[in-house]
Amino acid sequence: MSDNSGNGTGFDFEITLDGEKVGVRRGESLYEVSERHRKEIPTLCYDPRLEAFGGCRLCIVELDGARNPVASCTMRAEPGMRITTRSARLDMHRRVLMEMVASENRDMDVDPLSGYASQEMAVLLDRYDARTGRFAGARSGRSRPDDDNPFILRDYENCISCYRCVRVCAEQEGDYAISVMNRGFETQITTEFEGLLGDSACTFCGQCVQTCPTGALADIKALANADVPGETEKTRTVCPYCGVGCAVDLMSRGDKLIGVQPAMDGPANEGALCVKGQFAFDFVQHPDRLAYPMVRGEDGELHETDWDTALDRAAAGFTAAVENHGRHSVYGVASGRAPHEAAYMMQRFIRGAFGTNQIDNCSRA
Amino acid sequence: MSNPLADMDKPDVIFCIGTNMTECHPVAATRIKRAVAQGAKLIVADPRRIALAEMADIYLPLRVGSDVALLLGMAHVIAREGLMDEDFVAARTTEGRDFVEHVLEYPPEWAESITGVDAKLIAEAARWYAKAERGAIYYTLGITEHICGVDNVQSLCNLALMTGNVGREGTGINPMRGQNNIQGAGDSGALPNNYPGFQDVLDPAYQAKFAAAYGREVDLELGPTKVTALDMCGDRIRAMIINGENTVVTDPDREHCEHALRSLDHLVVIDIFLTETAQLADVVLPATAWAETDGVCSNTERRVQRLRKAVDPPGEAKPDWWCVSRIAQRMGLKGFEFESAKQVFNELCSLSPIYAGLDWDVIEHGEYHWPVPERGHPGTPILHQGEFENGRGIFQLIRYRDPAETISEEYPIWLTTGRRLPAYHTRTQTGRAAGIEYLLSEERLEMHPTDVSKWGLEDGGWAMMSSPRGEVRIKVEANDRSPPGTVFASFSFNDVPVNFLTGGGYDPITHTAELKVCPVRVEPV
Ligand code: SF4
Ligand code: SF4
Ligand code: FES
Repeated sequence: MSDNSGNGTGFDFEITLDGEKVGVRRGESLYEVSERHRKEIPTLCYDPRLEAFGGCRLCIVELDGARNPVASCTMRAEPGMRITTRSARLDMHRRVLMEMVASENRDMDVDPLSGYASQEMAVLLDRYDARTGRFAGARSGRSRPDDDNPFILRDYENCISCYRCVRVCAEQEGDYAISVMNRGFETQITTEFEGLLGDSACTFCGQCVQTCPTGALADIKALANADVPGETEKTRTVCPYCGVGCAVDLMSRGDKLIGVQPAMDGPANEGALCVKGQFAFDFVQHPDRLAYPMVRGEDGELHETDWDTALDRAAAGFTAAVENHGRHSVYGVASGRAPHEAAYMMQRFIRGAFGTNQIDNCSRA
Repeated sequence: MSNPLADMDKPDVIFCIGTNMTECHPVAATRIKRAVAQGAKLIVADPRRIALAEMADIYLPLRVGSDVALLLGMAHVIAREGLMDEDFVAARTTEGRDFVEHVLEYPPEWAESITGVDAKLIAEAARWYAKAERGAIYYTLGITEHICGVDNVQSLCNLALMTGNVGREGTGINPMRGQNNIQGAGDSGALPNNYPGFQDVLDPAYQAKFAAAYGREVDLELGPTKVTALDMCGDRIRAMIINGENTVVTDPDREHCEHALRSLDHLVVIDIFLTETAQLADVVLPATAWAETDGVCSNTERRVQRLRKAVDPPGEAKPDWWCVSRIAQRMGLKGFEFESAKQVFNELCSLSPIYAGLDWDVIEHGEYHWPVPERGHPGTPILHQGEFENGRGIFQLIRYRDPAETISEEYPIWLTTGRRLPAYHTRTQTGRAAGIEYLLSEERLEMHPTDVSKWGLEDGGWAMMSSPRGEVRIKVEANDRSPPGTVFASFSFNDVPVNFLTGGGYDPITHTAELKVCPVRVEPV
């Protein structure tokens, strides 16, 4: 019953998509089915992690039997539907919509460091050739210059009222820090009582920044590095803080870390992060970092030295301890912060060099 | 965790105890919030009215350190009202009869006399959890950092066993691990009682295996825990190597700890900053940091993921494993000729049955939860599905014990410690990240307003807090998150070294310090 069409493919029924029969799982939206077939339907208010909202209407498709195009993100696929994702009429509709977006909002280039989704509007403006050029080159400003928080830039002049920030806050974070004032033309995205984020329920997880398609909400820490020369490279790794193990994409230019974006396909976090994973990355390049080995000198102080000297001194101390007090005089403490290889090597050293089990890690603290 | 994070929105009843998840594991907490939004019932037991408590359907405000009593009271209700999962108990556990007899001695009214929680609430929470189709338990250090940490965990296991809430989707007993790779440090064998992969050092077969692998005889006796080793410093222990841990600030009873490290003949510290601990060392080796190091970590759900290098380290900093293996080489030892993290990790996999199906390349995308006993095995997101590791689940007969120190005329207030969202541990990292001070710039002692006036203090004013081990100056913040008689502070700020005060006792089995309970006196200054 659950598979009456797909020959073991796990599909429940079929629809006709741009003239082709395709399988559908019950409950999927027209947009989700089309995405699987790479139809590249434009969207602005859509984030796959959120309930479909149906606000921007860019995702419209033609549905046989319906007079007007329908929003594919909110319309559920039903057996036998026939839809068309591309046509001159759809293109025209979409261009008009994009021109409206462009005219109501400052039309400008948004720095990709603003956030994960920050290019979505700009890309669509180009795709539909809908730039008005009126404010070309304008730099991103801050419509809330009074909000002195160091993480989240709020520039509502660029806001297109897609509600993605509000929805990610409510649906993903369960925090309700951001809300909507004045429906319609005057719509403004704001916090409770229109105050500063720091006074709201905001935890600065940065999820609103990462889902905003226009850069109206942007990552201040990453943007501070906008002038660092070089191409932005992304490296997939895991947050260094708690045990949830959220996957992140580290952004760097040359040897400078410039920011963090959540990994939308991170297996443990599925795009979510907290303030530490999102914004506390720059300890790595703090001037306090140790760069050279140090040994304690005759004067009782620590002095920088070369690796040869430091390693010899480290080794000699353990050899002397064993000679004078036996192999049970040495103890090793591994870190719960360093990778497996560090902990493994520490226990291998203690067990392999001294034959003892005098090894522990810091989980007891 | 016995179950994966993805399971967190599947239970119909969630029991969180001793976990301030919204601050310590925020992304996991978002899953709980979603489960609650979808209609799951939430039971929260915590001395403080934390954010999770605000969301709870039943909030059990227990006195610090009284968890065992609460859990005995709950078990009593489940047994007395016939809410046990008899089929599960018969098929998969032992000692059930003795356990029922034991818990019938502890009615919720008794639990109320110890925990201060209304007996009716205790009974109601027990019923919800027992009747759940899928009931899940989540806990953190609020359970383990007690002299009775093991008893607390066993009590939770008893509850799960008697109700069959284990081994299925959306159930389980789920400790949330605090540090990014604390799970991995254990997996890798940095333990005094286990070789890599939790192979018992007392088992002659494993001993022979590692003697062969490492090319030398290995003791057939447990090593001392770190806590014991610190007590032995200057006596049996003369030389120590510490990797990436600010022992002096994180460990309880700081004075004792500093004294111990100072009395060593030789201390080597490998770290990324010159921490308070590194400042005591004879040799300090600069390690590469996160973002500069290729490696592997395991998260709280036993998911094995790769860490990747994005940028070069400062100066001549080197990976931790390199530092340690090079010391070994300088001592003239063979078998430490490692050239890459991949080589190190693959050796670990070859010696650890729970990683036998993994290697550096297999874990590229991080989809495996250990155990992965052989190549091609899909991994084990849910533990204990068919059988427990040692056959049957064993009920443990646990009795309530008072904390190591209890309040007295001299020290009339319960201090409990914890973490705060924007800070991490001793802030060696978050304290050096731009902007974090905007959210958290100083330590405060959280105190109920009635206590603030009772002890002659002032909101925002300074106070002196003391325990038998020392005193710290700290600013007072009046709020009603902590109940009257209990105060809270974190150990994140070096200028307010709260761990000078804590450490009145240790769990006899794990040697975990009682960081969560410490009677103190608080006076105006
Ligand atoms: S701030 Fe960004 S995410 Fe929020 S409604 Fe405006 S455009 Fe959408
Ligand atoms: S982003 Fe936050 S929740 Fe995720 S691993 Fe990092 S500290 Fe933990
Ligand atoms: S994406 Fe469908 S209406 Fe906006």
